[in-house]
Amino acid sequence: MAALQEQDRVTTVPATAARRRRGPSAAAWIQSVFLVVMALISLVPLLAILVGTFQDGNEVIRRGMTFDVDLGTLSLDNYVLLFTDSGPYFRWFANTLLLTVGQVAGTLLVSAFVAYGFAMYEFRTKTLWFIMVLLVMTVPFEMLMLPLYVQVNDMGLADTYVVIALPFLASAVTIFFFRQYFLGIPKEILEAGRMDGVSEFGIFFRLVLPITKPAMAAMAILNGMLCWNNFLWPLLVLRSPEKFTLPIGLNTLLTPYGNNYELLIIGAFFSLIPVLILFLAFQRFFIEGITAGAVKG
Amino acid sequence: MKQLLYSKRLAPYFFILPFLVTLAVFWVVPLGRSFVMSTQEVLYGQATFIGLDNYERLWQDRIFWQALFNSLRYMVLTLVLLIPIPLALAALINSNIGSARIKGFFKASMFVPALTSVVVAGIVFRLIFAESDTAIMNQVAEFFGFGPVRWLRGDITGLVALLAIALWRWTGVNMMYFLAGMQAIPTEYYEAASIDGASRFRQFLHITVPNLRPTIVYVVTISVYGGLAMFLESFMLYAGNNSPNNQGLTVVGYLYRKGIEENDLGFASAVGVVLLVIVMTINISYLVASGTFRKEAA
Repeated sequence: MAALQEQDRVTTVPATAARRRRGPSAAAWIQSVFLVVMALISLVPLLAILVGTFQDGNEVIRRGMTFDVDLGTLSLDNYVLLFTDSGPYFRWFANTLLLTVGQVAGTLLVSAFVAYGFAMYEFRTKTLWFIMVLLVMTVPFEMLMLPLYVQVNDMGLADTYVVIALPFLASAVTIFFFRQYFLGIPKEILEAGRMDGVSEFGIFFRLVLPITKPAMAAMAILNGMLCWNNFLWPLLVLRSPEKFTLPIGLNTLLTPYGNNYELLIIGAFFSLIPVLILFLAFQRFFIEGITAGAVKG
Repeated sequence: MKQLLYSKRLAPYFFILPFLVTLAVFWVVPLGRSFVMSTQEVLYGQATFIGLDNYERLWQDRIFWQALFNSLRYMVLTLVLLIPIPLALAALINSNIGSARIKGFFKASMFVPALTSVVVAGIVFRLIFAESDTAIMNQVAEFFGFGPVRWLRGDITGLVALLAIALWRWTGVNMMYFLAGMQAIPTEYYEAASIDGASRFRQFLHITVPNLRPTIVYVVTISVYGGLAMFLESFMLYAGNNSPNNQGLTVVGYLYRKGIEENDLGFASAVGVVLLVIVMTINISYLVASGTFRKEAA
């Protein structure tokens, strides 16, 4: 690799020019057509559910999701149903929103706090604890669910939102991401704060946290999406129907003897809307947040 | 108090305290408890020590081996599909030909499925793979000259549906991982190589892949555990934890059935312990072999 770099210092300019000349437009065309076709295939399931929202629910269950529909049978009935007679649907929606906002705020604060300790200080057992963060990242939650479920039942915390959030406030992935971000902040800020007599925690809250906004945005999006879609742990914890979140509620509609398939299809579609709107508005932060950790510094 | 707030020596421990507490209360204690319960018979809150009986039962349990086979098969196939395909797509859009707008549209379209919950994805794919000849996948099958397929009744066709969900949801994410890694590779490497007359494909093999190593390690690690811990995709696709001849049953599905549905906590804990050992063995040996721990600790 060293040899390659050495050589390239002399030849960078001609190399770029050569490549630009060679770029055939036929290849570009084939590539574009291929990409568009792949993109459309990827969008098929979403388009299918969109079409499904205009169809009779029992019809969708009977015929499957399809684009082979008689245009005359499409109607806005499901939309009317959603906004007039959807039973607990908006209750689930509000519950999910409340839980997501609370859990994300808590996760950002706690995880940034922990990450700051790892990024800004030297201490004896640091390596050991940081390896624990990495290990926690490789243990899937599915393996913890049973003992955690037993423990939560014993502690009498079942059926509460607190217990849905509490085990995940110090989130390993979020800690990892914030730590990377903090490592890039000049230590002079800390020294300046100490000179001015600010406490160690004051430096974190008043000097460092305010300049962490881009990292906060990316992590808010990642954690927000995970909370909004969270299914398994709430499924184990929640008992009372009035506390159900969207994924739990939608799942209860998917029963063989259900008679509420209209609400199932439109409800599933509508649950995607907030995430899709946020994605269109903040695409960059989504991609940054979700790909966090892949490129290690 | 004031001294505590200003101590540079004690501050780091306060900062990492929430993690230490979480680690102890929600990881170490439950995992320890799992090990203890796996040596017990737990009935109505009464635990009796029975040694390794649960593990012996597990060893002789045909359904457990089937679930383990299903999980391993799914994990291997997701690795085979979800590393090379996203890698190739990332290389394609990282190339300097083609329109930036089409690439942007493509990236966004591939990424959107990752935003859906497993519940919504499961509902949609269950209905796309429905038995009716009008369902989308059966229309595709018809186009290729097959009759309507009863996808979710057959072992292999059911697996195809599960893999379709995985491909749909994760191709875009993995592609973005690889793309981010590729954009961190200095373009000079490629320029020098093309001067030397190396073909695009050779450049990909000898420059892109070696430089993407940390990203590939990361994606393999999360894919291994994601694959072995798969449960909800099957749970949603089959509208519950039961599938024909248990064809969609995974290790976590079996743990859920035994522990949550049948309340056989001791036996289910043994299932969990075996799964944990398998995942940790694969991942830790992989991370050590790839030198990740050494790099992070440094």
